[in-house]
Amino acid sequence: MELIIDRWLHVLAGITWIGLLYYFNFVQAVAMPKAKADNTAGAITKHIAPLALRWFRFAALVTWLTGAYYLERSGIGLVNAFLLKGSAAPIGIGAWLGTIMFLNVWGLIWPNQKKVLGIVPADDAAKAKAGRIAFLASRTNTMLSLPMLFFMITSTSAHGLPVLFR
Amino acid sequence: MKNPLDSILGTIIAGLVLTVVLYFFTANFLMKAVG
Repeated sequence: MELIIDRWLHVLAGITWIGLLYYFNFVQAVAMPKAKADNTAGAITKHIAPLALRWFRFAALVTWLTGAYYLERSGIGLVNAFLLKGSAAPIGIGAWLGTIMFLNVWGLIWPNQKKVLGIVPADDAAKAKAGRIAFLASRTNTMLSLPMLFFMITSTSAHGLPVLFR
Repeated sequence: MKNPLDSILGTIIAGLVLTVVLYFFTANFLMKAVG
């Protein structure tokens, strides 16, 4: 029961995280230049983006923690997964991709978005540079989300080895 | 050369290519020993 609840939380947090990642990439990043052009970007940067980023980064944290807990407690083993050992290799690839994405969120996207949104002071040149870094980190995560989700779903194993790798 | 991550389509194509590469790497190198 404990593992079912953990996995349920993992999927809920994962949907929240990746859903917001896709919102940033497919909606906000596309709409922002148009909003700036007609002077309506203020509401997005002041009210929407900071709130979305808060849900985004804490959903990433919960997703990673519940995923790590599942790997350790389910018998797969956190170390086995990260060392890509035996049948833990497919979920290990997913875990590595998820971990890189998680570190991108907290180490690149969030610190740079704080400059872009004016949460920490920065001049125009620093804001432009921070915006480019945050954009590329976000796009990298969108790219990585495809193989990450593939390895998450194919690693679901009810009969021993993951189906696609038998 | 343009960065594929600058466009949504380029990002998705890069993600799909990476998925295929990682799948074959996992199936042929990492899982071979498992049988």
